Amino acid sequence: MSELLEHLQANLQQVTGYIYPNEIELHWSLLIVIYPYVTGLVAGAFILASLVEVFKVKEVASTYRLALLTALAFLIAAPLPLLAHLGHPERSFQIFLTPHLRSAMAMFGFVYMWYLMLVLLMEIWFEYRADLVRWSNERRGVMKLVYWALSLGSRDLSEKAVRFDRKAVYAITLVGIPSAFLLHGYVGFIFGSIKANPWWSSVLMPIVFLFSAIVSGIALVLLLHYVTTMFRRVKPDMACFNKLASFLMYALIIDLSLETLDFIHRMYESEESIEILAQLVVTKLFISLTIVQLLLGTIVPIVLLAIGRFSRIPEEVKRVVFFIAALLVQVGIFSTRWNVVIGGQLFSKSLRGLTVFKMQLGGIEGLFMGIALLILPFVLLWILIKILPPWDQQEAS
Amino acid sequence: MSKDLKRREFLARFIQLPCAAMVFGAVGTGDNKAAAEGPYRAEDHLYAMGIQVDRCIGCGLCAEACKNENNVLKEPYFFRTWIERYSIMMDGEAEVDSPRGGIGGFPPLEEGSEVMRSFFVPKLCNQCDKPPCVQVCPVGATFKTEDGVILVDESYCIGCRYCVQACPYGARYIDPRTLTADKCTFCYQRITKGLLPACVEVCPTQTRVFGELGTRSSPLHRMKRQSSIQVLKPAMNTEPKVLYSDLDGEVR
Repeated sequence: MSELLEHLQANLQQVTGYIYPNEIELHWSLLIVIYPYVTGLVAGAFILASLVEVFKVKEVASTYRLALLTALAFLIAAPLPLLAHLGHPERSFQIFLTPHLRSAMAMFGFVYMWYLMLVLLMEIWFEYRADLVRWSNERRGVMKLVYWALSLGSRDLSEKAVRFDRKAVYAITLVGIPSAFLLHGYVGFIFGSIKANPWWSSVLMPIVFLFSAIVSGIALVLLLHYVTTMFRRVKPDMACFNKLASFLMYALIIDLSLETLDFIHRMYESEESIEILAQLVVTKLFISLTIVQLLLGTIVPIVLLAIGRFSRIPEEVKRVVFFIAALLVQVGIFSTRWNVVIGGQLFSKSLRGLTVFKMQLGGIEGLFMGIALLILPFVLLWILIKILPPWDQQEAS
Repeated sequence: MSKDLKRREFLARFIQLPCAAMVFGAVGTGDNKAAAEGPYRAEDHLYAMGIQVDRCIGCGLCAEACKNENNVLKEPYFFRTWIERYSIMMDGEAEVDSPRGGIGGFPPLEEGSEVMRSFFVPKLCNQCDKPPCVQVCPVGATFKTEDGVILVDESYCIGCRYCVQACPYGARYIDPRTLTADKCTFCYQRITKGLLPACVEVCPTQTRVFGELGTRSSPLHRMKRQSSIQVLKPAMNTEPKVLYSDLDGEVR
């Protein structure tokens, strides 16, 4: 506790204007920035996978399984920052047992379980079922057992059964797209529905969250596709890269349009809070919002992607350009989450002053914990790829 | 032998009975007394607080008494109630301060500052009739009682801090000892015994008026009848039960 008090003492020195005394402590920090970032990647990766399945976008078919596994790895990690941030994580199960139905946050457990159990796990199972049966027949030792267990005892490899798998995958994807929209739109609603906070309170918030999620998901799959192609030493599928880059560019343009609409709307309405929000944007958030989110995270990637798509540069250079654009997009989207979560707490609800956020290095809410929570999904993904290789089938075919 | 025992038993009971009767009698008397006063019935009350802004002298005794009565941490980052000083400058700009929540009073205004007028505004949980904090609590740990007071069940709160974000008035904080949400309860432990909240009790100028909303004979009703009444941030539609008389438009 003495550490917290010292921290608050230091914060107090840097307050400008007037803030309510209870506002000196910032309540949501790095972990709550990571949470919407990670869930966004889940929703985005899944929506990309769904494009393949529902709209039959053949060019990106080779990323379908990778996108699904990415979504699963990030979804498993998604509740951890939330849990770690709670004052009493041991009571978190109360959200399931005695949810307060009028609370947006109480719905998290249900939205999450629906998405994990009914959409993602089922889709992956049907997608891999025939392979699981085959692998459990071919392999020996522990892995044989693992695949047998994962196949849930299923043994049927007949054409009829495989046809049913395809139908099931299709049907689940149809349910899955609105579910993915729900998952991340819902995260946006958690912030957008807080009327006490003029930075958050916006009906556009769920939509902005959703499109930024799609942007980050596509960019992540592009990055993973690039890296895995490189490590597997297979010939890069340029059509796939081009298609992913196009999708990323269009999603970025929609995302930028929505953000611009939000900005213009706020400026035009010019409500009571506009002065303090303007101060916030030009001082505390200048680097993270204007430079990182807008310039480096949105405009530069759009330009890079456009150059990559529409100019005659060698394929290798093109891929590097796409890679850099996707990397910048990740930084930009993380910044977007930062600007929402941290930015929304840097001004007082008295609309008369600004406060500061100082990240700690150690501790539950510290930088190291944040980095660990961001690395974890990649470790999970690596394990998932080892168990459920997303490429064998395509290479064989 | 058995006859002896029986006799002993009989004698023992002979002594025990009147003792037991005395004990039960005493308890019985207690019960009757309680019954005469009646147990506390939340549904019979609807509490509210009036703040007569023009009476406040910014002495900070209310905030201090609150911390003592409710075992609130003494550090100046945790307040169930605090006092703000508004200084309206000659150019019309308002400057606000609340050093240590007003505990210990306020330092003199800076020399040479062109203050047109200045006044103090006590703040606390508004015990909203439509409380956003209750709406957002994912487990129902914060709730509205039948007497209109918003309480937090410390043993149930998961410490997600959503309620702190949802409160438009900055009235909530997280107690670092319990890692649960805390806020003003109108001194629930006192008002349910018929006592006044600590801040009301110690206020030397009767700035704070505590009472029932439904009762016509209360001082609160008198204040409502005689002054113009405002609430904080009415556009939030939270319907506060902390009512301010003669509140300046600058106060948020």
